[in-house]
Amino acid sequence: MSAARPGPFGARAIAGAAVLVILFLVPAVAGTYQTQLLTYGLTLAIAALGFNLLLGYTGLLSFGHSAYLGAGAYAVAFMMRYLGVSSMELFLLGGIVFSGLLAALFGIVCVRHTRIFFAILTLALSQVLWTLAYKFFWITGGTDGIRVPFANVTLLGGLVSFPGPDAFPRFVTHYYYYVLVVFAVCAALMWLIVHSPFGKTLQAIRDNETRARFLGVRIWRYRWLAFLVSGTFTGLAGTLWVPLNGLVTPDVLYWPQSGKIVFFAVLGGFRTFFGPIVGAVTFNYLEVYAVALTEYWQLALGIVLIVLVTFLPAGIVGTAIRVSARLKPRGEASS
Amino acid sequence: MEIVALQVLNSLFYAAVLFLIAAGLSLIFGVMGIVNMAHGSFYALGAYITAWSVVAASAALPTPALFLFLLLGAMAVGFVGLVIEPTLIRPFYRRPEEYQLLVTFGLLLVLEDVIRAVWGGTPLTAGRLVDSLGLVQIGGLPYPVYNLAMIGVGAAAALALWAFIYRTRFGVLLRATAQDRRMAAALGIDVGRIYALAFGLGCFMAGLGGAIVVPSQAAVLGMGVEVLVMAFVVVVIGGLGSLEGALVGAIIVSALRTVTIQFWEEFELAALYLIAAIVLLIRPTGLFGRKS
Repeated sequence: MSAARPGPFGARAIAGAAVLVILFLVPAVAGTYQTQLLTYGLTLAIAALGFNLLLGYTGLLSFGHSAYLGAGAYAVAFMMRYLGVSSMELFLLGGIVFSGLLAALFGIVCVRHTRIFFAILTLALSQVLWTLAYKFFWITGGTDGIRVPFANVTLLGGLVSFPGPDAFPRFVTHYYYYVLVVFAVCAALMWLIVHSPFGKTLQAIRDNETRARFLGVRIWRYRWLAFLVSGTFTGLAGTLWVPLNGLVTPDVLYWPQSGKIVFFAVLGGFRTFFGPIVGAVTFNYLEVYAVALTEYWQLALGIVLIVLVTFLPAGIVGTAIRVSARLKPRGEASS
Repeated sequence: MEIVALQVLNSLFYAAVLFLIAAGLSLIFGVMGIVNMAHGSFYALGAYITAWSVVAASAALPTPALFLFLLLGAMAVGFVGLVIEPTLIRPFYRRPEEYQLLVTFGLLLVLEDVIRAVWGGTPLTAGRLVDSLGLVQIGGLPYPVYNLAMIGVGAAAALALWAFIYRTRFGVLLRATAQDRRMAAALGIDVGRIYALAFGLGCFMAGLGGAIVVPSQAAVLGMGVEVLVMAFVVVVIGGLGSLEGALVGAIIVSALRTVTIQFWEEFELAALYLIAAIVLLIRPTGLFGRKS
């Protein structure tokens, strides 16, 4: 309470700044491949942040977030293929608009329902999008997808471009910083959202819908706004992901992609703000190294998910918080 | 005109399969209150087990005996369900719904990869069963007798399930447990046993759906999720937890699907979901759903 004692927010801000400094130094220390991996992890972390606004803060489990990831990704591919756009900032704008519109539309249908029906509808709508991307091959390239070569992408309004045959390492380093900045902005924005009156209202709806309704909250509208914000964040992640991947195929819209996003949040712990971020980055490393080890990666994933929800429902971050609270002396452990 | 007749029959065949899956999904939801995300994978499992056993036994047994494997395949899936419910699902009834969905989603991932590990990526067929029954002329066009027989099986399954739930002692216990779990337990009903049997029965029906489909279409990877999404449309239209809803929903969905595939193939799923969304806007609990 008093100004003398640094509150938990102060400590967290210091820790967050330290993490950002470490993240800033990564390309100087790690090689191109490791930097690239971490860039993937950070883009996915943005998707996880968006997803968790719904699961962790609004209490709605979406099994269809691949739709928005895909919308952000296809926005880039369409803009490059049909409009000849190359500026990353325009891609980000297009991705936000495209995925935001989609989330606004799907949200109208989905947020009327909660719990099971919400999960069913989100999954179903994303599968509809997947079949459309698959069947309208003359627009989307079908299973071959649309190529988005990094050499055709320029950053910062055309100031930074990557011509020449050996530009890839340079692209990875630059793009890493680009993604890091966007990630930091997104995380700060999401932090503000969940700690704003809007975010608190969402949590009130999550915890007791009936009471929130009695207080005069228009539950529907709040859920719809949360859905919109959530989908847009995930779409932004899809947009950032494309130049790294170099290719957009209908796979990005397919249900396992939604499953992965759910997994990020559960792995890291969806009851905490930072859990999904940690979950996404961890998952990305796990996936890369486990796929190299076993052909049956999905099997391993399923088993880990079952073990997690059965025995460790708090996830990595939630469990860490619990353990550290237990290790602290009693007096400090409260609050 | 003959084409229309064949299309009607095709859509009835598909409706029979969809009904079996959606009814199992609805039964499990109605009794235990959980939506089984892995339900489509049980259907796929039924298809793979049946196709594999028919192929394996086709040298040793006469063709008519192979029809027994349709039932055996479904029973194997039912047995898997009977084992999975007490071990995996039971700890989750008291937990929030997110966790129930997550654990069955984990099961879905596991089953999909188990199928891939056991049977690999090549499609499996049991076409011999379709060939053995031959063709019948409908308005001058040939149509497989097998499909007609399986429409009959679907209808018989619907009747049997209805009789089982509304006309047997077990059905009474099942409905009592679904209505009020604690009261049923207080009256001395073994709720754990009822749950395991209901889950097993639901899985059996999904397995039967897979078993009857596999002689006419190959078992392929990904068929489970594809059908799960279809079954969701059925229960959303018909009402989750209702048997009549599953039946009517399955007939509506497969008829719509046949029409859209005929005229507007790209929009098959989109059109179905548009209808489902309209139903939800007008009647949020589906055509036959109860208020929760």
